[in-house]
Amino acid sequence: MNALYSLIAVLVLVAVAILGVQALGLQLFFGGILPYFAFAVFLAGVVFRIQRWARAPVPFRIPTTCGQQYSLPWIKSSYLDNPHTTTGVIGRMLLEILFFRSLFRNTRAGVEPGLKRVVYSPSLWMWIAALAFHWGMAILLFRHLRFFLEPVPQVVSAVIWADGFFQVGVPVFYITTFAFLLGLFYLLLRRLFIPQIRYISLPNDFFPLFLLLGIGTTGFLMRHVVKTDVVGIKEMMQGLVGFHPLVSEGVHYLFYTHIFLVCVLLVYIPFSKIMHMGGVFLSPTRNLANNNRMKRHVNPWNYPVKVHTYPEYEDHFRNKMKEAGIPVEKD
Amino acid sequence: MFYDAGKIFTGLAIFLVGATFPFWYAMAAGKTAYKPEPVFPTSTSQCVESTEQMIAGHMEILDDWRNEVVRRSDREPIEINGTAYPKSLSRGCGNCHADQTQFCDRCHEYAGVSPYCWECHVEGD
Ligand code: HEC
Ligand code: HEC
Ligand code: HEC
Repeated sequence: MNALYSLIAVLVLVAVAILGVQALGLQLFFGGILPYFAFAVFLAGVVFRIQRWARAPVPFRIPTTCGQQYSLPWIKSSYLDNPHTTTGVIGRMLLEILFFRSLFRNTRAGVEPGLKRVVYSPSLWMWIAALAFHWGMAILLFRHLRFFLEPVPQVVSAVIWADGFFQVGVPVFYITTFAFLLGLFYLLLRRLFIPQIRYISLPNDFFPLFLLLGIGTTGFLMRHVVKTDVVGIKEMMQGLVGFHPLVSEGVHYLFYTHIFLVCVLLVYIPFSKIMHMGGVFLSPTRNLANNNRMKRHVNPWNYPVKVHTYPEYEDHFRNKMKEAGIPVEKD
Repeated sequence: MFYDAGKIFTGLAIFLVGATFPFWYAMAAGKTAYKPEPVFPTSTSQCVESTEQMIAGHMEILDDWRNEVVRRSDREPIEINGTAYPKSLSRGCGNCHADQTQFCDRCHEYAGVSPYCWECHVEGD
């Protein structure tokens, strides 16, 4: 059901774009006005979310400790999985952000038939698919700079060349197209077919998957199946970045669908789990050094407590203490 | 009240500059109004297919021709306005679009594609 609702939502969005362009002729709206709005919401939303996170104090060091803590120099410690220095933390964050190390740890519990006991085995498909999808998308987004930058910089051309390295088909198929779509498809199948995961999957887990699949599919269709005026599209994108939006005649409606879904994604990002792209940097379980016992960490929200020290106490009660025969420090 | 404001807002600033990079680039390069102008042949006015189909799908025609010639040995020439042209990159397309740099390249540079065909094929007629 959750999956179905999300799928229907994305199909409705697709229909909105196609109808808007084909029946109502809203090319300029979809291609020249909505993108500004979506981009503005995206930037403002991300800033808003991050500044709100920046207000949250982190009173304790709460890194997840995935290895031996540093104690005595001759006991081998796990520098990356239980870092106690800033360098270690940076290493850990790089591994997490670039290679999803915590997904790599994913295990699966199962009963081994012959052994009749529970065994834990690595379960790496999700890690592989996530890597393929995220890296695919990163490179694919970078490739899209050819539409936004004029003249196209050498780096972008170099990445495009490397991505089409296998020179299969005309126009060439890019490696990342497949990495992105297949990775995404696996992440969807996983939610649909693994019962435990389907049980905890919400519409807001499925919606971004279908949305991204929609964006990827329209892009794929445009490049390899339907074909459209790419020069015209670049002229429109140049219009956008130069603040003089325009419409090129004869650009296929799939392009408007593509860009409309992207706009929806941009608006959706700040209010959804996709904010993990910023959140991963701010995860206290990853970005704090485990140095609780080496450094004093004062809780930033400690209330300035009024204390009554022992000398003050004695001054206060000296006479009574003497009467009761309690020893005092000062006479 | 912000905690770790220095680090967090530096990161956020990097993100904002990166995300808006195309706008800055456009301002610096000042070429957003530029449109490629391929030089069209003067001898004829008709391409292999209609102009719209050529603009969007010319690479597919080349792919089809290549498959027909190389895989199926079908070198039957195509006919445009009563003239026969060989199904060939350099002798077909090149017959009318003789100067590759004035035609194909102008669009391709703009769109950021660099077909590798001319690594083997010679340009022009
Ligand atoms: C109207 C501008 C235009 C002209 C003129 C043009 N092309 Fe293209 N061509 C394009 C665009 C845009 C693409 C990229 C399409 C894409 O990115 O999906 C392309 C792609 C190609 C590709 C596939 C590139 C790849 O990535 O594999 C080939 C091959 C090609 N063109 C051949 C030619 C030849 C040969 C000529 C000259 C006879 C020519 N083109 C003239 C715009 C043009
Ligand atoms: C008979 C000569 C002739 C041949 C052969 C020919 N073309 Fe053309 N082509 C033209 C003419 C003339 C135009 C301009 C048509 C127009 O403006 O409507 C044109 C237009 C084009 C355009 C559209 C450019 C634009 O921006 O409007 C492309 C792309 C193109 N040709 C590519 C090719 C490719 C690729 C081949 C080989 C498969 C080829 N042509 C073969 C004569 C030819
Ligand atoms: C590795 C070298 C090489 C590359 C790269 C290459 N070709 Fe070819 N191509 C050939 C050879 C060899 C033939 C066969 C020539 C013949 O039999 O007449 C051929 C034939 C063709 C033909 C039919 C015959 C002719 O004279 O053109 C077409 C069309 C063609 N190629 C298109 C392309 C296109 C489009 C590209 C780029 C996407 C490309 N080729 C890239 C080597 C290459």
